[in-house]
Amino acid sequence: MRSLVAPLALVVALTGVLAACSAAPPTSITVYSGRSEALVGPLIERFETQTGIQAEVRYGSTSELAALILEEGANTPADVYFAQDAGALGAVAAAGHLRTLPSESLNRVPERFRSPDSQWVGLSGRARVLVYDSRELTAEELPASIEALTDPAWSGRLGWAPTNGSFQAFVTAFRLLKGDAAARAWLEGIQANDPVRYDENGLIVQAVADGEIDAGFVNHYYMLQAQAEQGADFPVRNHFFGAADPGALVNAAGAGILTPTDAEASARRFIEFMLSNESQAYFATETFEYPLVSGVAGPEGLPALDQIQSPDLDLSDLSDLQATLTMLNETGVLP
Amino acid sequence: MPPAWLLLPALAIGALAALPVVYLIVRALGVDAAAIGLIARPRTVELFVASVGLALTVGAGAIAIGVPLAWLTARTDLPGRRLWTIVTAVPLAIPSYVMAFAFVAAVGPRGAISDLLRQAGLSGLPSVYGFAGAAIVLTLATYPYVLLTTRTALVRSDPAIEEASRALGDGALTTFRRVTLPIIAPAIASGALLAVLYALADFGAVAILQFDSFARAIYIQYRSSFDRSLAALLALMLVAVTFAVSAIEWRIRSRRPTVRNAPRRPPRPIPLGRWRWPAVVFCATVTFFGLVIPAATIAVWLTRGLGQGEPVSALIDSGANSVIAGSLAALVAAVLALPVAFLLVRHPGRFTAWIESLVYSAYAVPGIVLALATVFFVLNVAPVAYQTLFVLVLAYAVRFLPQAIGPARTSLGQVSSGLVEAARTLGDNPAGAFRSITLPLLRPGIVAGLALVFLTTVKELPLTLLLGPTGFETLATQIWGAATEGFYARAAVPAALLMLLSAVTVGVLFRAEEPVA
Repeated sequence: MRSLVAPLALVVALTGVLAACSAAPPTSITVYSGRSEALVGPLIERFETQTGIQAEVRYGSTSELAALILEEGANTPADVYFAQDAGALGAVAAAGHLRTLPSESLNRVPERFRSPDSQWVGLSGRARVLVYDSRELTAEELPASIEALTDPAWSGRLGWAPTNGSFQAFVTAFRLLKGDAAARAWLEGIQANDPVRYDENGLIVQAVADGEIDAGFVNHYYMLQAQAEQGADFPVRNHFFGAADPGALVNAAGAGILTPTDAEASARRFIEFMLSNESQAYFATETFEYPLVSGVAGPEGLPALDQIQSPDLDLSDLSDLQATLTMLNETGVLP
Repeated sequence: MPPAWLLLPALAIGALAALPVVYLIVRALGVDAAAIGLIARPRTVELFVASVGLALTVGAGAIAIGVPLAWLTARTDLPGRRLWTIVTAVPLAIPSYVMAFAFVAAVGPRGAISDLLRQAGLSGLPSVYGFAGAAIVLTLATYPYVLLTTRTALVRSDPAIEEASRALGDGALTTFRRVTLPIIAPAIASGALLAVLYALADFGAVAILQFDSFARAIYIQYRSSFDRSLAALLALMLVAVTFAVSAIEWRIRSRRPTVRNAPRRPPRPIPLGRWRWPAVVFCATVTFFGLVIPAATIAVWLTRGLGQGEPVSALIDSGANSVIAGSLAALVAAVLALPVAFLLVRHPGRFTAWIESLVYSAYAVPGIVLALATVFFVLNVAPVAYQTLFVLVLAYAVRFLPQAIGPARTSLGQVSSGLVEAARTLGDNPAGAFRSITLPLLRPGIVAGLALVFLTTVKELPLTLLLGPTGFETLATQIWGAATEGFYARAAVPAALLMLLSAVTVGVLFRAEEPVA
């Protein structure tokens, strides 16, 4: 009896392996996604059904996944890095972990939303805005420049999230556009107005809705998400800053293909799929972000992407975070 | 010197637990000299002091809540004892950021309770942000560590001594102070150590409550600068604190002789008399803040967004994953904890103290440090095992090992070595004596350890996200995925499920623990 056990186990195991092989789709890719499943999960499912390529997704925070990729180096099982902001893509690219993308994909988006070295491409746009309490303020009362908010009239009324990646990218942009001295002066000026510190953008929007603060610095889509969840009478509105103001920065969520991949063709299909008109429209209607491919309509009720007077900047340079971090530390904005 | 059968496993476990420290040293050696100025500044010292202050406050708070609860639920005729035992342990499974969020939603500037007070004409709750808020929330999140370890000691200590004390005319309080307290002091110390180190490593709750802690500074380094060397240097300072705190605990413990005796019968409940109802009010207050407020917040999220929920199949899968990963981690930790507990109790000394410090340091470093250390070693040593459930479970077990060791050593401290020797004299071999004497007496400690590790594992995030098999989702990752995007409605169902699951688990474990009359 006992002598039968081992051969039987082997047969069972082999059958399992064979079944797994024959059932497997043509290829599969591994995606490290710094964008949450709640936002991009349905889109990735569509990719799977339409291409027959299976996408194994590891969700996490954009920066922790960047740290993971840096730690894994040549051993990374990931084929695609799908990041929430261009700075993280820039850091991974600078460490030599990203491959060159085909120009057909790159050329789908305007030059300012892709890597100058062709190593990553933006997939959706995220504009910096000031959310405000429409019960307390009107659009006309809000300044065209973010620098005006250092006025003592705003004392105790503002909220920000200095640990948030998008905020730090904005400060980096400020430094690159106006110089370190101006950025430092702005941080100190806002700091002097005793802003309430939050850990996440969503909390800022909720705090404005709750009347805890009058206005806060966030990305444009948080208010739209909260409105979709809580109804049209949600009292918070977006204010876009004007004329090439650092406060009007439009950052990109994007993706790149990792150097050690052995599934480059499928990884490219993933990026092509995300740049298709259908997926771009998904970003506009489901995550309330700006599509980057021209001809696809933006989120309803917002100014069009080319109407935002965004400053001229190479988004890859937003990976220069250490200097920003030092400044945030020195001004006491960050612990 | 401990015997080889103890020494070898203990060395192996110590080596496993040392991996994060080794990793941190490797990374810190790569630090850019110019960047050191960024952390070598007075602010770093300030943060450090504030964090240690917070951790010690949380430890004291956890004792103040945990010890009375343990005594009430284990020893007295408290009305609804069984129920209180379960509901007061459940807060352990609530992720600390959910607890913090609920706390702000209730007593924050625009919180539900603050509004009620305002309507009643009472103005101004003190601000929930900063030190006070962080200390309260972390105390609520960690008192179950003290509760469960202390309860273990009470369940197994001989009630006859206490009864003798009362028979000699001492009141309940005097008896507690003079007889019970010395017996349970080591248990309280090990529970408090878990609470203190938890508070030191937490960044979820402190972030929401806007308290600048040291762990948060480390996390911000990882998150913002992509510079792992500086973060490593900061984390090494945290390791140093762990060593210091566990050395202090070691001294407290070694000064007190442990009374070793196994109960011959279940204790007779102590009548609370006119203190019955104040005791109930105490339990209810703790439950209100630790469980009702978070549960009510989750309920509000639910009502806001029923129907936008995740598909049920995804919930079942992630619920199953939580249970599987949590149970495996609890079992592995329980097995690994035994040799260490034996070493701690039977062979105290310098070698033992080192092993203990290493084991506790893996618990006190921020999760991302242990996660990256594991990535580093697994890829270099056994790349085949990378991102498998096996490695994830092992990492959980190493991280939460102190939670299994604490109660196990408490129980073991109460097993008289004389009993084991008697069994040997009567002809049992060592294994037989272990099975027939030590193991049954150890049971409450092992059960409490299983509960602690399970409940902490099901809410764990950084290890799960970075080390799990790709696509491996748990209830905690589902809550996190939804809540970080501000989709609180979508976070509600997995959060409610997590709490339910935890209550059931605690209930089952405590049924198993009830002494057989």
